[in-house]
Amino acid sequence: MTEHVKFYQTGTFTVGNRLLDEARRTVQSLMTRANSLNSGHRACQGCGEALGARYAVDTAVRETGGKMAIVNATGCLEVFSTPYPQSSWQVPWLHSLFGNAPAVASGMAAAAKVMGKDIRIIAQGGDGATVDIGFGCLSGMFERNDDVLYICYDNEAYMNTGVQRSGSTPARATTATTPGVGEQPGNKFGIGKNVPRIAMAHGIPYVATASVADLRDLERKVTRAMSFSGARYLHVHVPCPLGWGSDPAETLKVARLAVESGLFPLFEAEYGKVVGRRKIRRRVPVDDYLKMQKRFAHLFGAKGDPAAVARIQGIADANISEYQLDDIEAVKLLNI
Amino acid sequence: MYQVRFHGRGGQGVVTAAELLSVAAFMDGRHAQAFPSFGSERMGAPVAAFCRISDKPIRIREPVAAPDALIVQDASLVRNPDLLAGLDVTKVVLVNTTLAIHELRAEQLKTRVGLGKIVILPATEIAMELIGRNVPNVIMLSAFCAISGLIAFDTLTKAIESKFKGKIAQSNIAAAEKAWWLVQDQRLPAGPSRVTETTHA
Amino acid sequence: MLKQLEGSHAVAEAIAMCRPQVISCYPITPQTHIVEALSGWVKSGRLSPCEYLTVESEFAALSALIGASAMGARTYTATSSQGLLYMAEALWNASGLGLPIVMTDGNRAIGGPINIWNDHSDTMAMRDCGWIQLHAESNQEATDLHIQAFKLAEEISMPVMVCVDGFILTHAYERVDMPSQKEVDEFLPAYEPRQILDPADPISIGAMVGPEAYMEVRYLLHNRHLQALDVIPRISDEFRNKFGREAGGLVRTYRAEDAETIVVALGSVNGTIQDSIDDLRDAGHPIGSMSICSFRPFPLKAIRTALQNAKRVIVIEKNLAPGLGGILASNIRMALRGMTKTVSTVICGLGGRAIMKKSVTECLLKGHRDQLEDLSFIDMNWPAIERELEREKTTRRSGPMAEHLMFDVTKDVMPEPVS
Repeated sequence: MTEHVKFYQTGTFTVGNRLLDEARRTVQSLMTRANSLNSGHRACQGCGEALGARYAVDTAVRETGGKMAIVNATGCLEVFSTPYPQSSWQVPWLHSLFGNAPAVASGMAAAAKVMGKDIRIIAQGGDGATVDIGFGCLSGMFERNDDVLYICYDNEAYMNTGVQRSGSTPARATTATTPGVGEQPGNKFGIGKNVPRIAMAHGIPYVATASVADLRDLERKVTRAMSFSGARYLHVHVPCPLGWGSDPAETLKVARLAVESGLFPLFEAEYGKVVGRRKIRRRVPVDDYLKMQKRFAHLFGAKGDPAAVARIQGIADANISEYQLDDIEAVKLLNI
Repeated sequence: MYQVRFHGRGGQGVVTAAELLSVAAFMDGRHAQAFPSFGSERMGAPVAAFCRISDKPIRIREPVAAPDALIVQDASLVRNPDLLAGLDVTKVVLVNTTLAIHELRAEQLKTRVGLGKIVILPATEIAMELIGRNVPNVIMLSAFCAISGLIAFDTLTKAIESKFKGKIAQSNIAAAEKAWWLVQDQRLPAGPSRVTETTHA
Repeated sequence: MLKQLEGSHAVAEAIAMCRPQVISCYPITPQTHIVEALSGWVKSGRLSPCEYLTVESEFAALSALIGASAMGARTYTATSSQGLLYMAEALWNASGLGLPIVMTDGNRAIGGPINIWNDHSDTMAMRDCGWIQLHAESNQEATDLHIQAFKLAEEISMPVMVCVDGFILTHAYERVDMPSQKEVDEFLPAYEPRQILDPADPISIGAMVGPEAYMEVRYLLHNRHLQALDVIPRISDEFRNKFGREAGGLVRTYRAEDAETIVVALGSVNGTIQDSIDDLRDAGHPIGSMSICSFRPFPLKAIRTALQNAKRVIVIEKNLAPGLGGILASNIRMALRGMTKTVSTVICGLGGRAIMKKSVTECLLKGHRDQLEDLSFIDMNWPAIERELEREKTTRRSGPMAEHLMFDVTKDVMPEPVS
């Protein structure tokens, strides 16, 4: 039973959409969008993941004419979208376990194929499910090149269980298991785990990073992903106001600063090679991003750690260099 | 029930021999069970396999502790404690070797079984000559069938053909035939000319 | 048609005839021959249409089938021991979601220490995972049970595990009467799911269930097992009518009608027990046996009925529950609640130790004469155990006990059969 989209949700008045021809409007701006993640779910105010999932899945529904099914790993999205006995999903949806979403998806794709059903499979999960516990299954799915689009909503910790550190937690971020105390508060400066690059190393058809900072770009990448068959991976940066200690009203701003500082580079890759990136016109120092979040509060102020901030800046600089994110042309043209 | 125990080394087709015997017995309308001693598989490691043949369904599944016949595909195992165990009712022992029986260093075997029950057979040589590989299993099996009278040559041939195809089947059958006639012509040293089955549990 | 073939091949043939649509495979001794055979037939087109997924772990193997089954496909996989444990989470998930997956477990001991040989510790460890657990006595029954398993699973919408003794059955060549494809098609209709992921009628499967409803949901799962207590015998009857032989069902007795002592066991050891029973009967002892096929659901009523006239019950188990003893015996005692009967646990065959008919017969005679302890063992090397306990008493850093025992045992002159 599908629910009608309420008028105020369509963003008809969203700047930019009205001025574009229909073909270029976002899926979300259309009255006919699927609304696959319906209102009534229990996400927190300002939840980046709910926003990202809504955009991503509605786009997938459009691309497949609704002929799709989702497997969702355990985590925030799964929990807040299906508070028993209700479900906010208007598409076929399965939740199995925490670490097996990619494997379940492989099975779903195999079933669709053998039964001759034109149903495309999407798997989704948070960073915990993807980067850590489900990593083996993810790699297996990539290796087999199963026809699955896996979307990781990365809020950089195990949020649903109370903000514990994951393999995706950035350096010096405070979490429940990397508390902001001691000589080096927060998460260690480690090697990190760049799953988009690991996905690229598997050579799968399409890998992209996206952010709720640029929802149009997110939609475009889902559209692009659905045009391939085989294993595809989308890594979406989604701020968690509760876990990050940021203002729920500022979720998009926080996400944008992550992108514009270079800490979360936006790029696309096909068969292991980067084919596109979203350049940064006006770089911001990482401080601007970090200062918006309580999880990094210990880096600033009287007992701050400028050396750590500098090191984080170094990470951002390395990304910008690696992915050639400086929009030199635009800077020159616009005299920024 | 008739029980056979095969000994050899990994890669010599010991398990296949037991299976072939069971298939041949099955083709004769009898109940047969064959299984290997299970272990990590490695070329050259000692391996044992078992075959039981009966006119009634076979319900036990233990390794053959007291074989009616012992088939030794590799003579280097003749002093092995596992091989020497439970030989009280053994009626025939076939050993794959070119040595003469008095040259074979197998005192315990000779004592426990009795010289008269040991048959020597140069199975590896026959295998190299007619099959081109050191797989003496079908040759040993054929000699055993001839000595025991348990399986007719035609049945053995059918069993071989059910497991192998083309050249491999043909060369194995040729080798089996040679071994069969070695027995029939009494040209094998020692051993009983015929071994009858007992109704032994 | 009568065939002489390896147990795992017989099982594979039966599975193929059941027309599974998605098979997942992760190798582990001793089940691997089954999935290997199936892969050959999928590749050659003999088993078609079928998608064969080679996955990266047993956890993935079952997870993939959870997805495939939820999409409406008939699914199959096989595992053993460590693999069964590795998919533990998924086992509970599959039964909790009511997905009719069929899986073979080639019974194998669980490590540590690592052991690849047969016993029942693996499926015993998962006895409460919600899967139906059926045990095969022979390769014929292993073949037949798989065909019944698909029918059972799909009818009650629950996953079914068919337990086949690793090596002892899986790797043994014996005679099997193999049904024809036509017969299997007539017996097993196409799969009609109770729930299915369908864009035309979207549903959400697998939501969290809180205290307000979890008890009821779990009871409903238990209730499916209770339903199975009726469905299992019915399917066994249908099977007998169609294929002309006994296979499956809840329990099967052997010479137990007037027996004073009844021996109970799961799986292939029943063959050896029946041979022992014959010898003991020949010597005049009123002794019989009961083979349990359906271990889960545990047929309390059928067992109570079968054992009601016996004075004593000897339960032969291939699993030792640390700190307790026998699981099967405990379950049997539940069935005999209120009745005055001795129930002894006899443990044998752990980690693939050969179960010799001679030893079994001796043990059963002892039991029949009420000379058995509550918990006893067949062919246990007590001297080696004493030595190890002494060693542990004398020094703190006594070293790895498993390695010591291996050394001891190979040194010992043990009256042991050839292995």
